[in-house]
Amino acid sequence: MTSHENPGQPMQETSSGVQTAEANKNEKAPQSNGALRTLLSNLMETPRQFRHSMIRHGRPTSDRAASQAVFTNVFLHILPTRIHKYSLRPSATWGLGLISLVLFVLLFVTGVLLMIYYKPSTDQAYDSMKELQYIVPTGRFMRNIHRWAAHGMVACVILHMARAFYTSSYKSPRQFNWVVGMVLFVLTLALSFTGYLLPWDQLAYWAATIGSQIAESPRELTDALHITEWFDIGGFQKHLLLGADHVGQEALIRFYVLHVMVLPLLTTIFLVVHFWRIRKDGGLTRPSSADEVSEGTTLIPSADGAVTVQAGPVTTTVNPNKTYGLMAVVRGKTPLVDRALANTLPTYPHALYAIAAVTMLTVAVMLALGYFYDAPLKELANPAVPENPAKAPWYFLGLQELVSYSAFMGGVGIPAIVVIGLMLVPYLDREREDVGLWFSGPRGKRVTLGTALFTIVVVLSMLTFTVKYGWLRNWYPDIPQIVITFVNPGTVMLVAYVAWSFLITKLTNSTRMGALAVFTCFLISFVILTYFATVHRGPNWEFYWSKSQWPVH
Amino acid sequence: MNADLQESPRFQKPVERRDFLGLAALWSAGVSFFVALLGTLRLPMPSVFPESSSQVKLGPLEKFKGVKMTAFPELRLWVFSDEKGLFALSAVCTHLGCVVGMEEDGGFYCPCHGSRFDAAGKNIAGPAPRPLPYLKLFVSPDGQLVVDRKKEVNRKVRLTV
Ligand code: HEM
Ligand code: FES
Repeated sequence: MTSHENPGQPMQETSSGVQTAEANKNEKAPQSNGALRTLLSNLMETPRQFRHSMIRHGRPTSDRAASQAVFTNVFLHILPTRIHKYSLRPSATWGLGLISLVLFVLLFVTGVLLMIYYKPSTDQAYDSMKELQYIVPTGRFMRNIHRWAAHGMVACVILHMARAFYTSSYKSPRQFNWVVGMVLFVLTLALSFTGYLLPWDQLAYWAATIGSQIAESPRELTDALHITEWFDIGGFQKHLLLGADHVGQEALIRFYVLHVMVLPLLTTIFLVVHFWRIRKDGGLTRPSSADEVSEGTTLIPSADGAVTVQAGPVTTTVNPNKTYGLMAVVRGKTPLVDRALANTLPTYPHALYAIAAVTMLTVAVMLALGYFYDAPLKELANPAVPENPAKAPWYFLGLQELVSYSAFMGGVGIPAIVVIGLMLVPYLDREREDVGLWFSGPRGKRVTLGTALFTIVVVLSMLTFTVKYGWLRNWYPDIPQIVITFVNPGTVMLVAYVAWSFLITKLTNSTRMGALAVFTCFLISFVILTYFATVHRGPNWEFYWSKSQWPVH
Repeated sequence: MNADLQESPRFQKPVERRDFLGLAALWSAGVSFFVALLGTLRLPMPSVFPESSSQVKLGPLEKFKGVKMTAFPELRLWVFSDEKGLFALSAVCTHLGCVVGMEEDGGFYCPCHGSRFDAAGKNIAGPAPRPLPYLKLFVSPDGQLVVDRKKEVNRKVRLTV
């Protein structure tokens, strides 16, 4: 017990006169029933003692206590005790990774609530959605939040990926974390896809049917080579996913298990690795200019190696020979190495308040969306009549456009090339300059802009051409499928992008510029294809300027 | 052995007996783990699919004689008859499995990605990689027309009646 906790203290805090009188009586009768007395005072002190046993540091008013607050808490210690000022700037990350995380947690909470009523059976799934919509208190609200948070998470993860890319955050020592990020990207999409089937409405049923046929689409290739009989990888994948020939009860339960158990668990595991690696890789990236000591800062070294930093009204003393170096950064440049310390702030309160603010804002936006906008629910699934048009969720529509050229290339070939290609980027571009700087400076900005223009021209002209003139089969009805599989608007665009990126690499003599070109091609065509398929594709996947022109049945 | 050689940094010591046993233990642990993993992956792959038999009775044979077209939306197929006999055409798009619809001119279109097929089921536009499959028809002993939804036949085959 520490000295300042004198036994009389709790009694002064009580307001009831009876208790005070009793306590006084206890004090008058010492020794005789000492143990009982101790018991009583222990009981009254229990809340305080419990708090001390749980949190071992005082109020985080001093730098030291603030560091301890972060360092000794299992949940907070994933954060460093001090954080670089630059990393707290909104423009360093736009908080996108954090928002993705908040949405993931929100999805977890609302998802568990939905599970209480959801029944994964083809007879009952749709009814349980109706039940949630119309009977369960707050059921509709929770379902809406779950749906909007899922859309939001996909969007934020893509933007977060773009942020990490454009600030060179994939470079050494962060290569591996970029790969982990790509795995998280795929897991996020898989979570969305499996969740989409669960309501068992028309949209769900036909999206899952198309998805499972995409899994089967390697047959397009094996058929052309006449080897499907011996080597039917497509059929194998589809049967593994559906457990049957068609989307039905088996598929529903499989998607359910993946959606509520396997994929969230995998995502959580990879998130833990992701966050761990951010710390081990030396915190977030920042440009080298961020480590220059700002004006008005004084460093006062003292004999034992400690440094006192005076920046305006803030004074901090740090001793590199003590625990600080260990606590803040484990590897790489520690903020102490040069003058950089001046630019760090204690995580508590600065980073924690920022995190809390972003969390609140994200949740508030989701609550508002869930309150005002209802998640769609179409008619009950009908295996005999497809939705027309049967559109996947927006983030898959770009792929659906590619799939409408060739099932195998659009659904398997090109996505695989893109994912593997992006995973390889950190190993192909190893230039170390300008890490942490958006677009690696003015030259990168020009390359990004030029590539964006190039991509816009390529995508728009390919789309216009295909809509106006069709493609090979319209001209040569007897053309073998294998030709179309390898030569279709999707693969033509891919080849154009790869050629362009090689050209940029050669012209600028820089792999980073080539990488910027590749990624910009990917991002811009993703956006345009998604927009095009969402707005301009109507019934029979035909082109319409707007939805108002769709024929009425 | 030459002492100089052994001291050079490139020198690789031969695997010692202890190391060998250790490595063997590690490898066998790895292999057994991998095999166990394969075993767990075997379960989700069913050996029998839940769908009922692929052969379905469509009705008495007489019903189809001379009837140009009979639709079976639940089974996703049509039965047609022409001068030479009966044939069944699958309505499942060979692209990604949507159900195709019939157009006025007798051709077919797919609502999902706009594949088109002519009246004989040949793919003429869009992403569908193959023509619509012709399905095997036969007559059961009790005089019913039966279709096998998993048996594709040549497009020239007709069930003569
Ligand atoms: C489940 C989805 C994901 C979540 C919840 C997530 C979360 C986070 C968080 C909280 C950070 C800290 C910085 C920030 O807020 O931006 C971060 C950093 C990072 N993330 Fe992610 N992330 C996800 C997916 C991805 C993806 C798809 C990629 C890219 C392929 C990626 C690559 C990175 C990299 C390279 C960093 C380090 C950035 C730096 O050092 O500046 N992450 N992530
Ligand atoms: S499923 Fe028929 S065109 Fe795609």
